[in-house]
Amino acid sequence: MNALPYLKVGVYFLLILALTKPIGLYLERVFTKEPTFLDPILAPLESLLSRLSGIDPKKEQGWRAYTAAMLVFNGAGLLLVYAFQRLQELLPLNPDHLPAVSPALAFNTAVSFVTNTNWQAYSGETTMSHLTQMAALAVQNFLSAATGLALAIAVIRGLTRAESKTIGSFWSDLVRGTLWVLLPVSLVAAIFFATQGVVQDFSGTALVKTLEGGVQKIPGGPMASQESIKMFGTNGGGFLNANSAHPYANPTPATNLLQLALIFAVPAGLTTTLGKMTGKNRHGWAAFWAMSIVFLASTLLAVWSEQRGNPIHHALGVDASVGNMEGKEVRFGAADSALFASVTTSASCGAVNAMHDSLTPLAGLVAVLNIQFGEVIFGGVGAGLYGIFVFIVLTVFIAGLMVGRTPEYLGKKIEAHEVKLAMLSVLVLTFCILGGTALGVSTKAGLAGISNAGPHGLSQVLYAFTSAAGNNGSAFGGLNANSDFYSVAVALAMFFGRFWMIVPIIGIAGSLAAKKRIAETSGTFPVDGPLFVALLVGVILIVGALTFFPVLALGPIVEELLMQAGRLF
Amino acid sequence: MTRSRAISLFDRAILSRAAVGSILKLHPKAMLKNPVMFVVEACAALTTLLLIPGLGPKGLIGFQLQIVLWLWATVLFANFAEAVAEGRGKAQADSLRKAKTETMARRLLDRKSGEEETVPSSVLRKGDLVVVEAGQMIPGDGTVVEGIASVDESAVTGESAPVIREAGGDRSAVTGGTRVLSDRIVVEVTSEPGQTFLDRMIKLVEGAERQKTPNEIALDILLAGLTIVFLVATATLKPFAGYSGGSASVTVLIALLVCLIPTTIGGLLSAIGIAGMDRVLTHNILAMSGRAVEAAGDVNVLLLDKTGTITLGNRQASKFVPAPDVTEGELAELAQLSSLADETPEGRSIVVLAKERYGLRSRELRELHAAFVPFTARTRMSGLDFTSGRKVRKGAADAVDSFVRSLDGSFPEEVRRDVASISGEGGTPLVVADGNRVVGTIYLKDVVKGGMKERFDRLRMMGIRTVMITGDNPLTAATIAREAGVDDFLAEATPEDKLALIRLEQAKGNLVAMTGDGTNDAPALAQADVGMAMNTGTQAAKEAGNMVDLDSNPTKLIEVVEIGKQLLMTRGALTTFSISNDVAKYFAILPAMFMATYPALGTLNVMHLATSQSAILSAVIFNALIIVALIPLAFRGVKYRPIGATGILRRNILIYGLGGILIPFAGIKAIDLLVVALHLA
Repeated sequence: MNALPYLKVGVYFLLILALTKPIGLYLERVFTKEPTFLDPILAPLESLLSRLSGIDPKKEQGWRAYTAAMLVFNGAGLLLVYAFQRLQELLPLNPDHLPAVSPALAFNTAVSFVTNTNWQAYSGETTMSHLTQMAALAVQNFLSAATGLALAIAVIRGLTRAESKTIGSFWSDLVRGTLWVLLPVSLVAAIFFATQGVVQDFSGTALVKTLEGGVQKIPGGPMASQESIKMFGTNGGGFLNANSAHPYANPTPATNLLQLALIFAVPAGLTTTLGKMTGKNRHGWAAFWAMSIVFLASTLLAVWSEQRGNPIHHALGVDASVGNMEGKEVRFGAADSALFASVTTSASCGAVNAMHDSLTPLAGLVAVLNIQFGEVIFGGVGAGLYGIFVFIVLTVFIAGLMVGRTPEYLGKKIEAHEVKLAMLSVLVLTFCILGGTALGVSTKAGLAGISNAGPHGLSQVLYAFTSAAGNNGSAFGGLNANSDFYSVAVALAMFFGRFWMIVPIIGIAGSLAAKKRIAETSGTFPVDGPLFVALLVGVILIVGALTFFPVLALGPIVEELLMQAGRLF
Repeated sequence: MTRSRAISLFDRAILSRAAVGSILKLHPKAMLKNPVMFVVEACAALTTLLLIPGLGPKGLIGFQLQIVLWLWATVLFANFAEAVAEGRGKAQADSLRKAKTETMARRLLDRKSGEEETVPSSVLRKGDLVVVEAGQMIPGDGTVVEGIASVDESAVTGESAPVIREAGGDRSAVTGGTRVLSDRIVVEVTSEPGQTFLDRMIKLVEGAERQKTPNEIALDILLAGLTIVFLVATATLKPFAGYSGGSASVTVLIALLVCLIPTTIGGLLSAIGIAGMDRVLTHNILAMSGRAVEAAGDVNVLLLDKTGTITLGNRQASKFVPAPDVTEGELAELAQLSSLADETPEGRSIVVLAKERYGLRSRELRELHAAFVPFTARTRMSGLDFTSGRKVRKGAADAVDSFVRSLDGSFPEEVRRDVASISGEGGTPLVVADGNRVVGTIYLKDVVKGGMKERFDRLRMMGIRTVMITGDNPLTAATIAREAGVDDFLAEATPEDKLALIRLEQAKGNLVAMTGDGTNDAPALAQADVGMAMNTGTQAAKEAGNMVDLDSNPTKLIEVVEIGKQLLMTRGALTTFSISNDVAKYFAILPAMFMATYPALGTLNVMHLATSQSAILSAVIFNALIIVALIPLAFRGVKYRPIGATGILRRNILIYGLGGILIPFAGIKAIDLLVVALHLA
C-alpha cells in the first residue's frame, strides 16, 4: 500500500489544526472590537466608511433588523451583479468584446455569487468581461463571505448575551469582516499566487499557433486577485472554466497547498472564536473535533477509493498503481485530487482541481454526502459555524432530554420556538435537494441535461441540486446546466438554500439572546468532551444525512457496486 | 398508603376499557393532536383504499392486506398506550377520593351554653365557631375569639418553639393544620370551605383535559419536522425509482414512510406524560399541571424548612447539665419525674433519655402520690406536685427563676452560664427545680432526621443545591446545617427574606423549589418555580403552590424532582431510540424495493431477509410491535440514577442510541424468519 496519499491528508489536517487557534483568536478580537495590529491602517478607513454611509457602527440591531439589513444588502448585490452581466458589452475592460450574458444565466450567476455558492453554468474566460469578473463577481466573493462571517458572529453573540434585545450591527460586522479579515489575507495570498505564476493582467485572449499547426486560445486577466478570495471566502467560482485544475490558477504544489489551507482557515478558526466568545473553549474544540472526525473519515474513504482506481480500467491494462486518473490534472494525480474534492465539498467552497464527474462512484458519493451533511464539516465562511449551530441545537435538544432536564445550550433553554426554527432550516435543505432532483429526473427539460445513463445520470442531477442548495457551487461536470430549466431551478435552490436557512438561524440567535441565562450545575448537559462530540457526529449522520440514503442508494452506491461488478455508465 | 395507590400495569378492567378507547380514538379529529400518528392513520386509510380492485397495484393482494392490517395495528397500539395511561389516571382519581382524610372539628352550636357537635372540617363555613383543646388540630384558618393557648406552629413557620395565641390583639390569628399544645380556645373560621385542593385535583385528573407541556410541544415540533423530512424523502423516491427504470408501489412507499417517521416516540409521547403525572400521584402528591412536574426536573436550588423537614419537628433532650453539688444521676431522676406525665414530644424525649442514659425506669404517678402540673402558656413550666408538698418543675430559665424566688430560693450563677452556653450553641435549655433548689439544665436540641445527609449527597449529584431555611439564630442554624450536610442556610428568616432569597437565586439563573404550608409562605410558594404546599398547610399556601403533598412530608420534593427528570429522560430516550431505528429499517426496505431494478443492491441486504415482501413486512411488523413492547417502559419511566449528567447521558446513549441502532437488526431478522416460517410472505 502506498502510504504517501494518507500522509498528505494527515499533514494537511495538522496544518489546519495549527491554524485554527490563532485565526480564531484573531477573529474574536476583530469582532469584539479589541485592538489589532491592523488598526492603524484600517480604523481610519472604517470611520471614513461610517461617515460616508451615515451608519453608526455602534448602533446595535435586534435580530429582525439585522436580518433585514442583510437581506437588503444582498438584494442590492443581486441586482448589481445581474446588471453588470447584462451591460458588460457597453462597459470598459472587455478586451474580447464579450456580449451581454443571457437573462437566465445572468440571474443564475447573480444568485450564485450573492449566495456564496459560485455555481458556474458558464465558462468564465468566454462569458465574463474583466470588469464583470472584478467589479461584480470578485466583489461578491468578498461580500458574500463577509455576510456569512457576520451571521456566524451574530449567532455566537446570541449565545453570549442574556436578556438582550440586540445581536450586534450587521453593517459593522460586514465592514470589519471585509477590512480586517478578508482583504488583508486575500491581498497577501494574491501576491504569493502571482509570484508562483498565476496570471494577473488586463490582457485579452491571446491566439497562439501550436507546433501541430492548431490554434490555442490563451486567456489573460486579473486571476491571482480572484483566486485568493475564491478560496479564502470559500466561494469557489473560478476565473477560468477549469478552475483550480488550470495551471494559470493553480500552478505549483505550493499554490495547491495554500489554496487548500485557505479554504478551511476561517471555518476552522471560527470554532475557536465560538469557544473564546462564549467562554467555553472546550465547546469550541468539541465542534472542531466533530467536524474533523467526519472530515477525516470521508476524506480517507475518498482517497482510498481513488487510489484503488477502477477495476475495469485495470482489466484493460491501465497501470493500477496511479489510481483513478480519469478526469484528473496529471500534475495533481488521484490522491491529491481526492483530498481537494473532499475539502472543497466539506467547506462549501466548490473550487475544483479535478473533474468530479469522473471520480470513482464512492469518491463521488463522499463529495455529494459532504455537502448533504449540511455544509457543516467546517463548511463555508460563517455558514459552516451557523450550520453546525443548528445541529448542536438539535443534539442538545434530543440528548439534553436524556439527562433529565429541559434542554439547555450554554445556559439557554432550548424550547419549542428554537426547535421549530432549527427544523425549518433542516427542512429547507431536504426540500431543495430532493425536490429539485426529483423534478430534474422526471421532467423533459431536466432529463435533457443528463449526459450519462443509469445511476450516474441520477448522481449528476443530485449533485447539481445538492451543490446549489448547500451553496457549494462545485459541479459534477457531466450535467449540461446552462439551460433555462437548470438556470432557474438551480438558482432557486441556491437562493432558498442560503436565505431560508439563514433567517430561521438568526431567529434562533435572537431568541437565545433574549433569554435568561440558567446556572450551570453537575446536572447540566455537557457540550464538550468526547461524548458530546460523538453525539453531534451521530446527529449529523442520522438526522442530517440519513434522509438522502435512498437516493444515494440509487445513484452512487449502486454505481459503485456495479463498477466493482464490471459495469460502467 | 404510598404502596396501595400503585396500580398494576395489567389491571384487567383498565386494559379492556383501553381496548375500546383505542378504537374510539381513531377519530381523525382526536388523532390530529398527534401529528406523527395522524400521518400513520392517513397512510393506513390510503392503503386500505388501494385494496379496492382497480385502484391499487395488481397482485400480491395477501401481502398488501397484511401491510394494511399492520399499519392499522400501529395506530391502535399507540392509541392503546394512551388509553391505558388515561385509564390509570381515572383509577387514581377514584382512589384519591377514598383517600381524602378529614380533620374532625368541634363546631359550637351555641356559644353561651357551650353545646357543640363534631363535624368534618370540610363542612366548616366562614363565621363558624370551633373549639380546640390541647392536642387537637386547628381545623381551618381563623381568629381566636376566646382564651389563650400555646400553639405548635412549627409546620407553618418553621420555628419549633411554641407560640402564644390569644383572643384580641395581633396574636389572634391561627392557621389550619397547626396544633394546640395547651389550654382551650374558641376559633372563628375565616376561610370559605368546600373548594379544597383535593376536590379540584380530582376534577383535574378526571377531566383528562390534559394540556401539553412546553417540552412536549417542542418535542412534537421536532417529530412533526422529522415526519415532513421523511415524507419528502419517500415521496421523491417515486420519481427516482421511475428514472432508474423500476417502480415503487404506493403501498411499499407508505410502508417505508411509516417505518421511518418516529412512530415509536410519537405513539408513546402522551402516554409518557400521563404516566408521569400518575407516578407523582402514586407518591401522594397532587401536581396542578404536568408543567410543574417538568419544572421539578429542572430545579437546581431546593429551599427546605429546617423544622419537620431536616430536623424532627420537635426538639429532643440530648444532655443533662447538673448544677454545682448535684450529680448527673440526680438531675436525670428529677428531670424524669417532672416529665413523667408530660405528653409533649420534648417531655417524652426527657423520659427516654433518662432511661437510656441512666437506666431510670418510668414510674406510675399514683405510686409516687403526685399530681401532674401541665404546661400552660401562663406558667411556662410543667412538673409534679407531691402530696407531701414537694414541687418539681421544669421550664424556661426565667420562669424557673421566678418560681424558685417565690419559694425564697436563688438561681445559681453557674446554671445561668450553662443556660447561656446551651442557647449559644443553638439548643434550648430547660431548667429543672426541686422546690426552691435549682438542680440543673436539660439540653434540648434539634435532631436531624436519619438519612438526610445521604439525601443531600444524592441531590448534590443531581446538581441540586440545598438551602436550609430557619427562624433560628445564625449560630444554631450553622450547627444544624453542618450536621445535616446542607449546602447553605438562611437564618432568622422572615417570609420576606425567603421571598428575597428565591428572587436572588432566580436572578442568578437558578430554578428554585420550595415547600411551605403557612399563609406567610404563599408569596414565596408562588414565586418559586416549584412550590409544594403541605396538605396540612393553609388554603392560601395551597393556592399559591403548584403541588400539594397529601402526606405533608416535605422531603418528598426530592421524589418529585426525580420524577420530573425521569419524564424528560424517557421522552429523550425513546426519541433517540426511534430515530436510531431508522438505520436498520433502511437496510431492510431499500434493497427489497430496488433489488428487482438493480440486483447489485442485494449487497445492502445485510440481514439476508428472505424476500422483498418478507423484508418490508418484517420492518412494518417490528415498527408496530416495538410500540407495544415499550409501553411498560413509557409507564415506568427510564430509571434515574444520580450519577451526574455525563454518566446518565453515557448510559442512555449506550442503551437507547446504540441499542436503537442494533436491536431492530436482530428484531427484523427474527420477524422475517417467523414470517417465512408461517408462509406469510
